[in-house]
Amino acid sequence: MSTATSHPNSAAHEHAVEHHHEPGFWQKYIFSTDHKMIGIQYGLTSLGFLLFGFFLVMCMRFQLANPGAPIPVFGRLLEAILGDTAKGGVISGDLYNSFGAMHGTIMVFLAVVPLAFGAFGNYVTPLQIGAPDMAFPRLNMASYHLFFWGGVLMLASFFVPGGTAKSGWTSYSPLATIAEFEKPFNGQTMWLIGMVTLITSSLLGAVNFITTIIQLRARGMSWMRLPFFVWAQFVTGFLLLLAFPPLEAAGVLQLADNLFHTSFFLPNGLVISGQQLPVSGGGSPLLWQHLFWFLGHPEVYVLILPAMGVVSEIIANNTRKPLWGYKSMVYATMSIGFLSFIVWAHHMYLTGMGTKVSTFFQTTTMMISIPSVMILTALFVSLWGGSIRFNTPMLFALAFLPMFGIGGLTGLPLGFNASDIYLHDSYYVIGHFHYVVAPGTIFGLFAGIYFWYPKMTGRYMSEILGKIHFWFSLIGMNLIFAPMFVQGIKGMSRRMADGGTTYFGADDIALTLNKSITHAGVLLALAQIPFIINIFMSIRTGKKVENDNPWGATTLDWATPTPPPHGNFTSEPVVYRGPYEYSAPGAKLDYLPQDKKP
Amino acid sequence: MEIPYTYKPRPDTGLYNAKVGIWLFLASEIMLFGALFSSYILLRVQAPMGEWPKVAGAWPQGLLNIPIGTFNTAVLITSSVTVVLAWAALKMNNFKAFRRYMVVTLVCAFGFLGIKSYEYNEKFTHYELRLKSGEAMTGHLEVNGKHPGFWDFGSIYNLARLEKEKVTEIKFTADPVKPKSGEKHADSASHAHEAKTYALGDIAKLDAFVLRNHTFFAIYFVITALHGLHVLGGALVLGYFAFPGSSMWKSNPEQFTNRIEVAGLFWHFVDLVWIFLFPVVYLL
Repeated sequence: MSTATSHPNSAAHEHAVEHHHEPGFWQKYIFSTDHKMIGIQYGLTSLGFLLFGFFLVMCMRFQLANPGAPIPVFGRLLEAILGDTAKGGVISGDLYNSFGAMHGTIMVFLAVVPLAFGAFGNYVTPLQIGAPDMAFPRLNMASYHLFFWGGVLMLASFFVPGGTAKSGWTSYSPLATIAEFEKPFNGQTMWLIGMVTLITSSLLGAVNFITTIIQLRARGMSWMRLPFFVWAQFVTGFLLLLAFPPLEAAGVLQLADNLFHTSFFLPNGLVISGQQLPVSGGGSPLLWQHLFWFLGHPEVYVLILPAMGVVSEIIANNTRKPLWGYKSMVYATMSIGFLSFIVWAHHMYLTGMGTKVSTFFQTTTMMISIPSVMILTALFVSLWGGSIRFNTPMLFALAFLPMFGIGGLTGLPLGFNASDIYLHDSYYVIGHFHYVVAPGTIFGLFAGIYFWYPKMTGRYMSEILGKIHFWFSLIGMNLIFAPMFVQGIKGMSRRMADGGTTYFGADDIALTLNKSITHAGVLLALAQIPFIINIFMSIRTGKKVENDNPWGATTLDWATPTPPPHGNFTSEPVVYRGPYEYSAPGAKLDYLPQDKKP
Repeated sequence: MEIPYTYKPRPDTGLYNAKVGIWLFLASEIMLFGALFSSYILLRVQAPMGEWPKVAGAWPQGLLNIPIGTFNTAVLITSSVTVVLAWAALKMNNFKAFRRYMVVTLVCAFGFLGIKSYEYNEKFTHYELRLKSGEAMTGHLEVNGKHPGFWDFGSIYNLARLEKEKVTEIKFTADPVKPKSGEKHADSASHAHEAKTYALGDIAKLDAFVLRNHTFFAIYFVITALHGLHVLGGALVLGYFAFPGSSMWKSNPEQFTNRIEVAGLFWHFVDLVWIFLFPVVYLL
């Protein structure tokens, strides 16, 4: 077992010492074709974006709680960078819209998906199936670089005259086109170009992942011996592969609307500030919404499935029991994959698309909750009778279950046409999907970071810092998102930059909640500091792992040296059994690794 | 370290990696073009009934050049056949025949693009004129004694631009009006081929057959341009394999043959998209 030398921080050191068969700095850290390095690249970049997206929303939260007050600490900096839209450090309405649009875009497309699919998928999938690398290593590198430059384009759009995209992360037409109609090259256009780049990146990634899982499984690794994590990544790959292209098409069409003044999504007789818009009309704003949500809904499962995969691995490992109902979980995942393609219009009940269409999508939406509940139930039942090890990864994985449960169940009233008409576009919706993604998916991914960190570096992350991170994040998250249900049911719209002061009585409980939510946001921000310290400090000072399989896990990722070298395995792995043979009767250890000869 | 099954098929799936990869990629391409075709259908269905240009916003029919489109279809199908023959030639160890068929494929590919750009040019120099009196026609424009053409770049006119350049009147040669079946040749059709002068003040709308003019042109140009980019991309890859990349034939003939097969699959897909595109935009 080698010590931790291959982490990005020691780049300068590695560069100085010329090894004979080791590639140079650029080859090793920037243009690497090794799936593990690409996974780490994805991980660090997306964690950076996660932090940035969080910063944007903290500015928004401050503005909601204190309308018109300058942002403390960062206000001056914002004014210096963004100019008049942040005059005196106060977030203007325009800037609030921009931040809202970019928070959504960054969190979904640049932070959570790349972390869940790009980072964990890249690092763990080939290890778990016993492959030396991805099927197309250079394509893998290209997909990271496209992701990176797509992100750079998104960030650069802040500096375009007129500011970045401000039509929401959904970029609804006609607003997205008419917001800056006179200047065809605006922030929205940059946003679209960035999106097309990101979509291309995830398409290449998806092709690569699916091919790898089909073709590079080790000998004996039959489909039903795949760890559940791999199954989750496999279905996610198909979602990305088939759901993203319609958005790419829509992006190209909206780009034409912005640049060439076509009317794909612009209806007849559109008037802005008393003047008829000089376009031909004849397009359909609903078309954009259909194309967008055709991606948008499978995207939700792209966000949640990899987290479910991570959580399943950790729960099986720390309860020391096989997953309960592994096969039904696999079939449930496949059903989710299929059904997620036919539920998209439940985002559009209020568009006037007709009650018959609504009824269809309401039915499919209720159907898709069944496999989701199956997976969640299987994970809960897996806990039964286990002697649980409460380490940091397990705490995050355990918290994932009720948090995702709350997120999922609060989605049901939104899936029903009748109740959605009342709740639509209110804070209830924000509370619902943030419960799914923030304390749901992101907790799952935090769990994964704590769990696989010893494999990546050869050292554990600090348990004390990890537990501080966990408990304060859990409290912070709930104090932020639970009150939003109350605000939403009271009818507070999600789009108001002043937090609803012009709409509610100032003594209203909803406005008081704005303040408490912002305080909870600060708590959540502070809770991330131990995590950031932990992730960098533990590279040098963390407790060293005792052996290559410190958690006593069964899957092949723990059968490699630590950290895994180029090519991963010292000898070709052969699989003899299913993925979760824990506490098998009669075994010497309490687990039987997949590659242990019977 | 070597990645398994890069060109040898995996026994249980019977496929090598690149073949799985290209089929997956083509699946995503189907979703891409599927979304565009769906958009086409939706835009067309919601357009008002009637005959364009008489009814503004109605879906124009029969504007595209069917003989040229048919010829282009034949060109593309030919190239699809030759790319298979090229692959078969490699399988039979006949490198010379491979290169010959590849050259034919490339000629077809660039021929297709050339014909397509001729068609584009025809559209960019064709105009729709709508008078304030309600009369509407299509035809060719003459400004300051010159027919604006696409090739002298940036010479596509519309009303706003004429106003900006302070043009006071234009000459316009209307297309002959197609007689409806059962109707006799109208008299108006016989003298329609002469240029008429219109004062700018009488004109309600003037625009070339470009994207901004009508959602029909918008979707037509976007889908065919995207398809054209696929043709170009495919041609570049095939060109690379036919010439500089063919040195692999000596070092690893099996992998090289696979590469041609994979590129060929993509090429068939591009062909297939056109086979859907041609009836949808030209004939229906």
